[in-house]
Amino acid sequence: MNLLLVAPILIPLVAAVLSMLLRTSQRAQQSIAVIGGMGMLTSAISLLDAAADGSIQVLRLGDWPAPFGIVLVVDLFSALMLLLTAVIGLAVIVYSLAAIDLPRRRFGYFPLVHVLLMGVSGAFLTGDLFNLFVWFEVMLIASFVLLVLGGEQKQLQGAVKYVTLNLLASAMFLIGTGLLYGKTGTLNLASLAMLSGTDAENAALNVSAVLFLASFGIKAAVFPFFFWLPDSYHVPPVPVTALFSGLLTKVGIYALMRTFSMVFVHDTDFTRPLFVVLAAMTMITGVIGAVAQGEMRRLLSFHIVSQIGYALIGLAVFTPLALSGAIYFTLHVAIAKTALFLVAGYVLAVRGDTTLKNIGGLLRSAPLLTALFLLAAISLAGLPPFSGFFAKFALVKAGLDAGEFLLAAVALAVGVLTLFSMMKIWNEVFWKDDPNAPAGDASEASASSAAAARITPLTSSARLLYILPLACLVLLTVIMGIAAQGVFEWTDAAARQLLEPEQYIRAVLGGPQ
Amino acid sequence: MQLLLAILSGVLFAAGVFLILRRSLMRLVLGLIFIGHAANLVIFTAGGLKGAAPAIVAEGARQLEQPYADPLPQALILTAIVISFGLFAFFLVLIKRTYQASGLDDLDELDGRKG
Repeated sequence: MNLLLVAPILIPLVAAVLSMLLRTSQRAQQSIAVIGGMGMLTSAISLLDAAADGSIQVLRLGDWPAPFGIVLVVDLFSALMLLLTAVIGLAVIVYSLAAIDLPRRRFGYFPLVHVLLMGVSGAFLTGDLFNLFVWFEVMLIASFVLLVLGGEQKQLQGAVKYVTLNLLASAMFLIGTGLLYGKTGTLNLASLAMLSGTDAENAALNVSAVLFLASFGIKAAVFPFFFWLPDSYHVPPVPVTALFSGLLTKVGIYALMRTFSMVFVHDTDFTRPLFVVLAAMTMITGVIGAVAQGEMRRLLSFHIVSQIGYALIGLAVFTPLALSGAIYFTLHVAIAKTALFLVAGYVLAVRGDTTLKNIGGLLRSAPLLTALFLLAAISLAGLPPFSGFFAKFALVKAGLDAGEFLLAAVALAVGVLTLFSMMKIWNEVFWKDDPNAPAGDASEASASSAAAARITPLTSSARLLYILPLACLVLLTVIMGIAAQGVFEWTDAAARQLLEPEQYIRAVLGGPQ
Repeated sequence: MQLLLAILSGVLFAAGVFLILRRSLMRLVLGLIFIGHAANLVIFTAGGLKGAAPAIVAEGARQLEQPYADPLPQALILTAIVISFGLFAFFLVLIKRTYQASGLDDLDELDGRKG
């Protein structure tokens, strides 16, 4: 019994309940939110510490033996994703202290964030497919409410699409699960992994594999299921978008990588070329959509899609290096992307607008923000020495090693377009002069005072709450770049555990160690 | 029985997809509910229909008596029904609020495109 494994689920649950009970007191809600986030971070770090030596922690809930009861399993992949969840959760919670308005906080913003984090952690922890479905739903219902919290008309419109697509995806997941159970008689990942690879001509297994692919594909915004994402992600307040972009699509990617490297490996001659096409098309459509956008949050939303394509290279190439690179990339992109959304939130807070042509001149008025944006953007585009470079390097190298030259070329070309669209934000938002400042012969003093009038001043404590989490995330992407060797040791081991599930099966089902 | 349920879930699916492809918000919800029910029926059918006794160990016996029905698919469906009940309650409120805010029941017009 290793009770530490329930901590990432239990801590946000307790925090959500407590902050519901104390909803009249803003101060109590805020302290609970921050303490809960820190508690999650602590538990995630200790779980990673336990998993770092390559061992797999298992908790049999209710002490039911493995294939019958539900198990929570932490291998390195899960531990890394949990740490990512905790880091992004805490960063967004701190940011929200300043960025979320009072009405939204009154209507339960912080409890919902905790419920969302609980759902995400549960999805990363569970070793059972139906339990994964349940955690998906926990996460989804929290995300639905977060998306519409505030009740603005455009939020409602975005939510209709988001909810519809996710309900469809859930129905497909459910059917896939049902067929899989009907065929194999188990939904435990370890027993499924043990049965996998035995029967390539199995229709029920293939149908459920395709249903899982579509369902997780919708959740991860994979081509051709991505269109709901840019349509709904820019409508809620920025911290919510940042949380979604950092975590929700990554849960889809996690589920894809988990199932298609451990369970559905019976016909890789069919799935690998399929993932090659999906990865390439996701990268291309995402980045082309991004280049065409004139609004910062929509642009970044399209980039989420494009980055999902990179993470799929892991399954498309399907070698240890590719999977390791994909895990590293998922960690990197969640952090860098969340940081970029937090920059957009700051811009929105001081300028009241994120349409590129309406704003400008932030280089002069907010130099620190500009520096942080530049670091995150360069990291996302994949320039050394940041984490994005090493992530893309591993993926491209894996592609070249496996002879997927076209895929590698697409990955590189999309990298260039990513850089281009980041430079577009840089030019429009930071570099060019503020278009609303009076031009021409107006005196310097009146120009700057007019520009200053459009800038909503932030109190110094609010600015600290905006900048601190942002700076921490940017620092993390820099550290991940500098210490890439150490991180890759973890992701290599995580990829090995996925590709050789014997250890996982032994840990969950017992048997000779 | 198996064939009948398979056809029934197929019909539910078809009706659900047809309703989703309409432009009306209300039909969208109904279509999703149909598909949810179809999914539950598929689990039920895939779990195996044996017309057997419930999986309860009889008084004094040490083992289950064959044939017994597999309780797990039923537990799965029960969970799925509860979850979908919550989700659809939320979705109904969502479309009601959307309708109140925009006065539109047409998905295309809601999107800013004229029908």
